[in-house]
Amino acid sequence: MSLLDIKNLHAGVEGAEILKGVDLTVNAGEVHAIMGPNGSGKSTLAQVLAGREDYEVTEGTITYKGEDLLELDPEIRAREGIFLAFQYPVEIPGVSNVYFLKAALNAIRKHRDQEEIDAMDFLTYVKGKMEIVKMDEELLHRPVNEGFSGGEKKRNEVFHMAVLDPVLAVLDETDSGLDIDALKIVAAGVNSLRSEDRGFVVITHYQRLLEYIVPDVVHVMIDGKIVQTGGKELALELEEKGYGGHEREARDAAAASASPA
Amino acid sequence: MTIATERKVQAPGASEKSAPAAATDFPAIFGELQDELASRGSRRVTHLRQSAIRRFAELGFPTTRHEEWRFTNVKPLVRTPLTVAAPAEGSAPTVTAAELERYFYPDCTQLVLVNGRLAPELSHLEDLPAGAVVSSLADAWQSHPALIDQHLGRYASFDEHAFVALNTAFHRDGVFLYVPKGAVIDKPINLIVVGAAQAEPVAFFPRLLFVAEESSQVTIFEQHVSVGDGAYFTCPVLEVVAGANSTIDHYKLQRESTDAFHMSTLQVKQHRDTNFSSHCLSWGGSIVRNDVNATLDGENCTSILNGLYMVEGKQLVDNHMRVEHNQPNCYSHELYKGILEGEARAVFTGRIYVEEDAQKTDAVQANRNLLLSNKALCNSQPQLEIFADDVRCTHGSTVGQLDELAIFYLRSRGIGEEAARSLLTYAFAADIVTRVKLPQVRRDLEEFLFRRLPKGEIVRQAV
Ligand SMILES: Nc1ncnc2c1ncn2[C@@H]1O[C@H](COP(=O)(O)OP(=O)(O)O)[C@@H](O)[C@H]1O
Ligand SMILES: [Mg+2]
Repeated sequence: MSLLDIKNLHAGVEGAEILKGVDLTVNAGEVHAIMGPNGSGKSTLAQVLAGREDYEVTEGTITYKGEDLLELDPEIRAREGIFLAFQYPVEIPGVSNVYFLKAALNAIRKHRDQEEIDAMDFLTYVKGKMEIVKMDEELLHRPVNEGFSGGEKKRNEVFHMAVLDPVLAVLDETDSGLDIDALKIVAAGVNSLRSEDRGFVVITHYQRLLEYIVPDVVHVMIDGKIVQTGGKELALELEEKGYGGHEREARDAAAASASPA
Repeated sequence: MTIATERKVQAPGASEKSAPAAATDFPAIFGELQDELASRGSRRVTHLRQSAIRRFAELGFPTTRHEEWRFTNVKPLVRTPLTVAAPAEGSAPTVTAAELERYFYPDCTQLVLVNGRLAPELSHLEDLPAGAVVSSLADAWQSHPALIDQHLGRYASFDEHAFVALNTAFHRDGVFLYVPKGAVIDKPINLIVVGAAQAEPVAFFPRLLFVAEESSQVTIFEQHVSVGDGAYFTCPVLEVVAGANSTIDHYKLQRESTDAFHMSTLQVKQHRDTNFSSHCLSWGGSIVRNDVNATLDGENCTSILNGLYMVEGKQLVDNHMRVEHNQPNCYSHELYKGILEGEARAVFTGRIYVEEDAQKTDAVQANRNLLLSNKALCNSQPQLEIFADDVRCTHGSTVGQLDELAIFYLRSRGIGEEAARSLLTYAFAADIVTRVKLPQVRRDLEEFLFRRLPKGEIVRQAV
């Protein structure tokens, strides 16, 4: 059984369809990359997976660990192991990064019938995870993402992921805006979490990240659809040729479907 | 053109809002009590009482036609038949220490007023510096008549304020605090003003006078609480005199039953180089009105006026601020934040007045409201009157809801929706709570929020 199975997913906002029939299957242990130009619907897909209610799913199914994911509230999805690293992490003034994370971890543990972790054990646990992303301890005690630089926010997302120990992690352009050193750190963080019972969906705009997080499968998303799927070499090919060809195809297809038969 | 038409339409409507017949005839009650009241205080104060009740008779209870009461309709109070709490010492309802225990703080001088009268068995003094006075107003009239007479009634004006007028006319007891020159009272004063509902709704008028002489320092924590349910009307007036270079931290926490009417006035007079801070925390009653007036009458004063209110059901809380900059080089900073649930209403009026000579005034005012229900309502109006030209005055007021994206972000990490909402609400309030310097009070506020907010246990863990 696959970890995640998306079939013919259509979703959008009032009146405007953004995802126009996405199919995607991710097995445990695999890393899938989704590439595509801006505005093609990558973030929408990520947010729909995490349960953002602003997007309405009009058609299709998402099966996660054999269950209907669309039935679940966002927090239940998280407790069942789905993690989304946001493209634009949200600043939450007044809520401490580390204490919030402890509450989140305990909510997840409770859901899994595990004992709540106490403050001392949590601190030791968290220190280990901070190592992975080389995060400054000072950022632990600041309000969530408040006043963090772009790079710090992205690193904090990977840190949250490491602490919450997900089954399926979706990273939405976690590499954008990172310098090469930060990128390597983030990639090393992700790589250290790769395991045979975890799946990853890594959304990126640039092939560069995929030099460090080597994917098993690469998908190209254009205009709300996955138009091509291949091995890791596909990323390189796209880097060289761009999405131009695909975009032209997508436009032609859209024009064809719009014109009367 | 349009405006003229509107006025015409409004006029008859407004006349309908004329004052309802008051269920309590305070001038008549004053007539009955005046001999007894005259025994409490100097001759000047006796005259003051008479002028005050005359002024009340002229003013009547405020209506929504009154500019300063436009959004606060006191009809429910006006229609409640009230008796003025009995004068005789043993006749106040007895309140036990057990009933108040949760309001006690260790290591504090503690004064308890029950329906406006000091309860000596519940009060105790911690060691005070030489010359300092902490006592009931009734006792202080015996021990320090001249000192009280020098200050009482000289700052809180009743000319335009019916409730200050009532307090001035009817007050019998209260608290007198005196900090002599250079003295520091290092243990906070915990003043617990208890409203104990009786068979019939009672009215009481605690009078508080705090005088801090030059270079002195004191912290006061004033709590307003209820014992039992049932309507009553509390109408406290506090006058604070901040002598040159003094530091006064004042916290007022109002948490009374939903039947209580609470109309309070704080008037501080700041001499030069003073540092005054006020934290006004209101968890609501039936109608709660706080007038907070700071008069900055010397150079280099700092006035920090913070507030937090959290109301639900049909509660109404009205914070009415006036900061008067009369001298140059002063700084005032007001931040009032409110959380409204149910059909609750909040009113905020913030007036900053800057006198012609008060150059280099730096005045900041902000009122932020969080509406947790679409039936809650808020009226916020900043008002600047500036007559000096070299000043920096800013004001802002906002009314908003919780940030849905932030809620989603928290949920996406496994926090339940209710807990996410509570967490963000807590964070909104924490902005004020963290400004409370007294650790006991801060803990108390946090505890209140943890209990009040749904899934508070998760919030407790997460902050
Ligand atoms: N909440 C929204 N409301 C309206 N339009 C949206 C919303 N979210 C995304 N879109 C639109 O959907 C398209 C895809 O956006 P997005 O999923 O963010 O693309 P990508 O992440 O691939 O850059 C864009 O045209 C964007 O403007
Ligand atoms: Mg995107």
